[in-house]
Amino acid sequence: MAKFTKKKSGELPAVSTASLPDIVFMLLFFFMTVTVMKDDELMVENVLPTADQVQRLDKKDNTVVYIYAGKPHPRYQDKYGTAARIQLNDKFAGVDEVAPYILAERAEMRQELQPLMTTALKVDKETNMGLISDIKQELRKVNALKVNYTTKEGDAMRNLE
Amino acid sequence: MARRGIPEVNAGSMADIAFLLLIFFLVTTTIETDSGLDRKLPPDEPPEEDVIIKERNLLQVLINKNNQLMVNEELTELKDLRQVAMDFIDNGAGANDKGETCDYCQGAKDSESSVHPEKAIISLQNDRQTKYSTYIAVQNELVAAYNELRNRAAQQLYKTDFTEMQRVYKDPKTTDEEKDKLRPKVERVQKMYPQLLSEAEPKKN
Repeated sequence: MAKFTKKKSGELPAVSTASLPDIVFMLLFFFMTVTVMKDDELMVENVLPTADQVQRLDKKDNTVVYIYAGKPHPRYQDKYGTAARIQLNDKFAGVDEVAPYILAERAEMRQELQPLMTTALKVDKETNMGLISDIKQELRKVNALKVNYTTKEGDAMRNLE
Repeated sequence: MARRGIPEVNAGSMADIAFLLLIFFLVTTTIETDSGLDRKLPPDEPPEEDVIIKERNLLQVLINKNNQLMVNEELTELKDLRQVAMDFIDNGAGANDKGETCDYCQGAKDSESSVHPEKAIISLQNDRQTKYSTYIAVQNELVAAYNELRNRAAQQLYKTDFTEMQRVYKDPKTTDEEKDKLRPKVERVQKMYPQLLSEAEPKKN
């Protein structure tokens, strides 16, 4: 007959932290997969207006071209002033540079995707409509007619505050 | 000589390294906004002929430089715009080009307002000094007016919301088969209440 020896359990065993790295790695991989690296560094202030009738932008196939507009960021204000400006890629641009930019972006796309090109306008909510009208006129000139006014989701009435 | 075992590598600091990476990614992550109001600009061609639009079929929405709203010569609050636009589109007091009356309209059939949703045009004009956020709010309300009417029509016909059908239709995960099934439904509702939103070039001052 076997003899059972009673183990003395005086102290609490230490909690094993061996699985802590696994947990942290899991979180790490989650964030690594969902992270989208920013394409452009914003040089303008960009607080988007809110709207609730929004549609999602179809970003697959890279058919979206972004145009930013707004007041220059405080760190550029001593150089570029406070009047609202357009940002294409990562530099400031004038209104007349929009059309060539759109044409260049369109030329880079595959032939069959070119008609699907959408221009996403990320415009600061404090901007005057004059600048946006100018951009729209430029877009019409190069036949880039699909636009998306990028907004945050929220109550539209908040825009009036 | 006694065989010595290879000493175990201390993995205690592994968690610290992983935490460091985790915090880096946490800080750099920006959840991108990728939704917005889809609009289509008119092509840059002069119209072939001047189309005469009767005044009753036109809802003029003006935004001035102080972000005030004028709808058909009357000062209007933004919160009332959706209802005004819906009443206008849904009025249905007459017939379209083919002589069909609007049998799905539930409007007041006012003889001063639009004859048919296919004829009802909303004209939006803004000032160059208008703030972008006001413009977006107005656009949002007008799109909402169309969406509400379309939802109502889709509920009657297919027992589902139009916006929901459109979302599924545009979802890249939807199979082609389902899309083919949805397309006639979406197009039918769109045809019942076509989005006729014209944007005039802003006033110069």
